[in-house]
Formats: sequence, C-alpha cells, structure tokens
Amino acid sequence: MDLEAQFERTVAAEQRVEPRDWMPDGYRKTLIRQIAQHAHSEIIGMQPEGNWISRAPSLRRKAILLAKVQDEAGHGLYLYAATETLGADRAELTEKLISGRQKYSSIFNYPTLSYADVGVIGWLVDGAAICNQVPLCRTSYGPYARAMIRICKEESFHQRQGYELLMTMMAGTDAQRAMVQESVDRWWWPSLMMFGPPDAESSNTEQSMKWRIKRNTNDELRQKFVDMTVPQAEKLGVTLPDPELRWNPERGHHDFGQPDWDEFWQVVGGNGPTNAQRVEHRRKAHEDGEWVRAAAAAHAMKHAAVEEGVA
Amino acid sequence: MSASWPLWEVFVRGKRGLNHVHVGSLHAPDAEMALRNARDVYTRRNEGVSIWVVPATAITASSPDEKDPFFEPSGDKVYRHPTFYEIPEDVPHL
Repeated sequence: MDLEAQFERTVAAEQRVEPRDWMPDGYRKTLIRQIAQHAHSEIIGMQPEGNWISRAPSLRRKAILLAKVQDEAGHGLYLYAATETLGADRAELTEKLISGRQKYSSIFNYPTLSYADVGVIGWLVDGAAICNQVPLCRTSYGPYARAMIRICKEESFHQRQGYELLMTMMAGTDAQRAMVQESVDRWWWPSLMMFGPPDAESSNTEQSMKWRIKRNTNDELRQKFVDMTVPQAEKLGVTLPDPELRWNPERGHHDFGQPDWDEFWQVVGGNGPTNAQRVEHRRKAHEDGEWVRAAAAAHAMKHAAVEEGVA
Repeated sequence: MSASWPLWEVFVRGKRGLNHVHVGSLHAPDAEMALRNARDVYTRRNEGVSIWVVPATAITASSPDEKDPFFEPSGDKVYRHPTFYEIPEDVPHL
C-alpha cells in the first residue's frame, strides 16, 4: 500500500500519527506552524499576568498567580517539545518569535490595566482556551494530543482561580464590582476573537479538519463558548457587553453579535496595543538569559572533561 | 549564540508499583540539570515519585518502515494466547 493511502487510512480510523511515521509535507508544516504558534502563545501569555505578580493583594493571590504563570511556561515547553518530534528546531522557533516571523494568539496583545484583569483572563481567556483545547486532546498527531491532555488538566485550575477571584471582588465594594465590569467590557470581544475568523474566512480550517488536526470549526467553538459563559456571567452578576446577546429557543443556542474583525486583523498584523512591547520583552529576556545558558553549557562541558579524565 | 543544549527524553514513575512511562522531552546542559528541569516541567502536581532522563541520541528505536516484517514473527503464533485452547466449560479454575 502506498504511504499516503496508509496515512489517510490511519487518520480516518481515528488512530494517532506518531513522530517517525510517514506523513505528507503539508501535514507536518501545518502542525509545526500551529503547535509553535500555540507554544509561543503560552510563553507570551506569561507577560500580561506576570505584570500583576508583584502587586497581587495577598500572599495567597500572589502564590496562585505565580503558580499559574509557571504553568504557562510549562505548557509552552510541552508544546515546543511536540514540535521537535516533527523535526523543528527549538532555537529556531524562539528566533522566529522574537523576530516577528511567527505569531501567537492575538489576545495577548491587549494590556492588563487593572487587577480584575487577572480574574477575567482566568475566566474568559482561559475559558476560551479550554473550549479550543479540549477537542485538541483528540487531534490526530500523538505528541500534540498528549501535550493537550496535560495542558487541559492544568487549565481547569486557571479558569477556576479566575472565577473565584471575581466572585470575591463582586462580594466586595461598589468600586470593586465596577472594576470587574470594566474589565469584562474590555476582554469580552477579544475573547471571542480567540476562536479565529468566521468559518467563511478561515483559510486553513477545511484541510486541517480533513487531517483531523482540528476537530471543530471556529464558529462552532465560539458558539459553545458563548453558551457556556452566559450563565456564568449571570451568576457572577456582570453584564456581557453585547446588545445582540439573547437566547434563541429555536436554535437552542444564544444569538450574539460579531466582534470587530477589522480590529482583529489589525492586531494580528502587529498593530495591537502591546504587540511591540510583548515581542521586545521576550527578545530581551532571551538575550539577557544568554550568559546563563552559556555558563550552564560551560559547566557541563568542564564536568564531563573532569569525569573523562578520571576514567 | 551558543550551541543549543542537548535533548533529553523524560520518563516518570507515577507511583510505586508502576513502570516509568515516557512523558516528553526537554533541553538541558547535563544530566543533573535535565533531572531538575524534568521535575519542574513534568511533575508540578505530584505526578511522579521517580524520574529517568535519557539523552535522546542514546535511544535506538525500531523503524516504522519495517513495522510489518519486524513484528510479523508473533503474528501467526495464535497458540501463544490462552484463548487458542478449547476447554470444556465445566472444568473449574482453568
């Protein structure tokens, strides 16, 4: 049987493709692009929340936020490891990120202006990420699927700590409640954009669904997220800033308005509020860490030489 | 830029009584750092009681191309399985 037919049959039978299997070039390239973009998002995603670690209002909140940001680093590493099973080079991926040649999720190009943003990011942004990621636990490429299983387990903590933080603030003063609402108003639309452009404009969806890299369309996932979030918002006592948002009993789903897609493309194109700052910060961290990497490598080499001398 | 650190494959024993299982890989300058990094990356929530790290280059794997002939010898030996043997149902404990 020819290799391509065997690959198609494996994928169609819901079997996993593993690193050393034959795969079409397009499949490999699509995966590297998607997983790297996902890994970059986790790494860049440390910045908006890391911004609040030193100013978290209690030791408890500080410890939680630190653990969450540390998880994001871990998620990035699981995913970079998955790209390497496809033949990608880690250093090259970092290089592509800090030179702006590879992208990350547009959501991280918005600033975290208040402490309520830490809660809203956990609730809405991580909530949207979970909607995107749960189906990826069944993606056709084995190492990616396994990384996603780990990540999804940990994301649940992220979302719950965010919601709990917001519940605490909503039980506080009027000023705290207003701060939560203001934050929800800013993050709602960018969160909806996280699912990507409408299906009609999503160029990669069809092939990715055929290869079972992607399991649901952007619009399906966006709908799921809205349906999931509305009752959570009610319980919390905040208003989602969409006048068109209402339950549609015929469809059995909520109807909702469209985000500003021009803004989305602007942010994707590099013109969001913090694009330059995020990439610059990552570049600086990478370059400032160079002496540590070099020192560790030198130490390892010296140590190996000493051991060889003894033997 | 300095040459990148070598790649290590990480195996974790979830709890006593279980095998070490492959969980992923990471980069580190030496074995000791690989162990420490593996602890931080793969066992942040008590996922393990023991970790092995192995240089990725030290692993020899069967090739997926040879899959069929390589594993074929066991394919036709159905008599290695207990279900191959027909035993009357009224024979106890067998």
